[in-house]
Amino acid sequence: MDLGLSEQQELLKNAAREFLENECPETHVREMEEDEQGYSPVLWQKMAEQGWQGLLIPEEHGGAGFDFLDMCVLLEEFGRALVPGPFMSTVLGGAVPIMEAGSDAQKAEFLPKIASGDLIFSLALTEPSARFDEAGIEAKAEVSGDEVTFTGTKLFVPDANVADYLIVAGKSGKGTTLGIVATDQPGVKVTQLQTIARDKQAEVVLDGAKGQLLGAEGDGWKLLQPVIEKYTTAECAYLVGLSQMDFEIAVDYAKERVQFGRPIGSFQAIQHKCADMVTDVDGSRFIMYKAAWAIASGQPAADTTLAVNMAKAWCSEATRRVVAHGQQIHGGIGFTKDYKIQLYFRRQKRAEIAFGDSDFHREAVAQQLGL
Amino acid sequence: MDWSDSPDQAAFRKEVREFIKSELPERYRAGNDGGEGFEGGWQGDRKSDDPTRRDTAIQWADALSKRGWIAPAWPKEYGGAGLTTIEQFIYNQEMAEAAAPMPGGMGVSMLGPTLIVHGTEEQKAEHLPKILSGEVAWAQGYSEPGAGSDLASLQTRAVRDGDEYVVNGQKIWTSGGHNADWLFALVRTDPEAPKHRGISFLTMDIKSPGLSLRPLINMGWKHHFNETFFEDVRVPVKNRIGEENRGWYVGMTLLDFERSGIAGAISYKRSIEQMKQFLATDEGKRFRREDWETVRLELADRAIETQVLFNFAFRIVSIQNRGMVPNYEASVNKMFGSEMHQRLARTETKAWGLYGNVWDPKSEHAPMHAEHVQDYVGSVPHTIFSGSSEIQRNVIATRGLGLPRG
Repeated sequence: MDLGLSEQQELLKNAAREFLENECPETHVREMEEDEQGYSPVLWQKMAEQGWQGLLIPEEHGGAGFDFLDMCVLLEEFGRALVPGPFMSTVLGGAVPIMEAGSDAQKAEFLPKIASGDLIFSLALTEPSARFDEAGIEAKAEVSGDEVTFTGTKLFVPDANVADYLIVAGKSGKGTTLGIVATDQPGVKVTQLQTIARDKQAEVVLDGAKGQLLGAEGDGWKLLQPVIEKYTTAECAYLVGLSQMDFEIAVDYAKERVQFGRPIGSFQAIQHKCADMVTDVDGSRFIMYKAAWAIASGQPAADTTLAVNMAKAWCSEATRRVVAHGQQIHGGIGFTKDYKIQLYFRRQKRAEIAFGDSDFHREAVAQQLGL
Repeated sequence: MDWSDSPDQAAFRKEVREFIKSELPERYRAGNDGGEGFEGGWQGDRKSDDPTRRDTAIQWADALSKRGWIAPAWPKEYGGAGLTTIEQFIYNQEMAEAAAPMPGGMGVSMLGPTLIVHGTEEQKAEHLPKILSGEVAWAQGYSEPGAGSDLASLQTRAVRDGDEYVVNGQKIWTSGGHNADWLFALVRTDPEAPKHRGISFLTMDIKSPGLSLRPLINMGWKHHFNETFFEDVRVPVKNRIGEENRGWYVGMTLLDFERSGIAGAISYKRSIEQMKQFLATDEGKRFRREDWETVRLELADRAIETQVLFNFAFRIVSIQNRGMVPNYEASVNKMFGSEMHQRLARTETKAWGLYGNVWDPKSEHAPMHAEHVQDYVGSVPHTIFSGSSEIQRNVIATRGLGLPRG
């Protein structure tokens, strides 16, 4: 029993923090908000040189072969630095589904290129119904041999504007079916949305888009479960880093900002908000790591699922409380575009609702507890 | 990171579990209290007029003492088991899982450790064995009517008169004082000194002439607290622990005790589990309000919060096990645990609608022996005692986060 990081995880965390402080400063985050692509290909390649896109990928496919807990340590740093771009969509939405469901040939074809930074992926799961369950998947999938053709509309697809491939979920006569679909074909039309976090999400209209079948026809929903559990936990890790940084900025501000002749951080009204913030951030961190540990150490499926649901139910609301306090402690300056705290507030909302908010996961917890 | 036991930890856990299985008296086994709880806990049994209760208490204490498990955290040379913090954690976890009553009370948790660090050999020899045997029960005299959160402003006065101190004043919230034999108290020996530096730590026989107790019945009709009055109580100087006027620092001493508060998390988890089981029965459905969807989801939230609390406890023991001292983390546990305890009692009571009125555990109209409504009242002081939630947040903000003191 130990809730500390391993030596290797400490190294990974420290290296990531140093790298991102240099390579992904606030100016970069702001530039990417206005940028059409939303990421820097130069930074993308540098991250690949750090081995990050391939962190989870086995060594035989050009990766580093780290486990999912290590990935969450890294993603905490991504949240802290608000790293823009298609990292999570490529790793969690591309590499993970291929590792879970791909044939040997598919693994050999795609994983090394993901690890090297040559391919960008995303997961095209949700649709205009905005549901996270299997019933939300209505796009049509037609299978012919190893090929699958999709027709339908996917919505809120992250980074589809720059993705080379999408992992698409559709329905065939046999049920939910997955495919690996190249975006550079006439049957794929991507329309970017303007979002609260100024990340790049898109509507993707598929009109006879062809791709490789991923996993067996009809097995899609089952194959997606570990993918969704990892992606959900990854969003929690991102939220932990994001809220930790928001909290640190707010505490620093409370120490410096003087009103009534003293730092506002000397007032108990502010102190108690800060105490609640650290409680929520720490609570989020450990419930997230419990889920990540359950996944990485192969705990029984029911325990893992419950841990993931609990993590997202808690992190979604706890981190929202943190960023709300962060705004309140800053007063008027926090509401300006120029000051940094708002960057965290807006991005928290994206991750809060990704893969289900607290209401969604609380209901899942209630069901699993037999309530 | 690892939420599971190492092989050593698993082996120790098995040892504790098997011990409980074979040694815990029937009366103390889960569900054998008829929903009434154990009034006064183990101490109440030890001092009971009822010989069966007394024998049960002695039997359990004897079994524990053979392993040094009355005071598992004390060093072996003083009759403890010298357990490491992680072993203490496992021990406390398993005892809490079994809802086993813990002998020793304040003597084991507070006075013993203080004596071990600050006491003379004579003082240790006089008191430690009697704490371990359960022969002497201790009560704590810290708070006063005018010294609650601001404890160091205490005014109970001790004036030196030869080989004795003459004590006058009043203490309040003396938990279990009516079952205690001895009292340890903080008293003011130098009223001129800055408030933390004029306090001494005294021990005294609770039957000392001039010392009187008055029951302070709490809002749940229970006699747990007392007021303690001192009128020219004469206490030998040799009863002082540590130097004169250094009592504040003596009182703040903590041994390398496991301080995770795991027992709270375990009892909340058990409470949710029992509620769930009851709700699945016909009787449970009869009591449950029709429109319980909101409560159902609240209960899921409480289950999630319990997980958060478990993790906070695991974090403390991880820090201690790595040889470090927890800072603000212990305050987070106390604050979060006590506040979630109240939320839990509120949620559970809510599920019963109007039946949430019924206080009598024996009433046919009382769901689950009225334990939830009793807990709804009983949990009120948890955010107040041992450092209120407000004090904990101050500590987190100033000691933990380095915010300037107001």
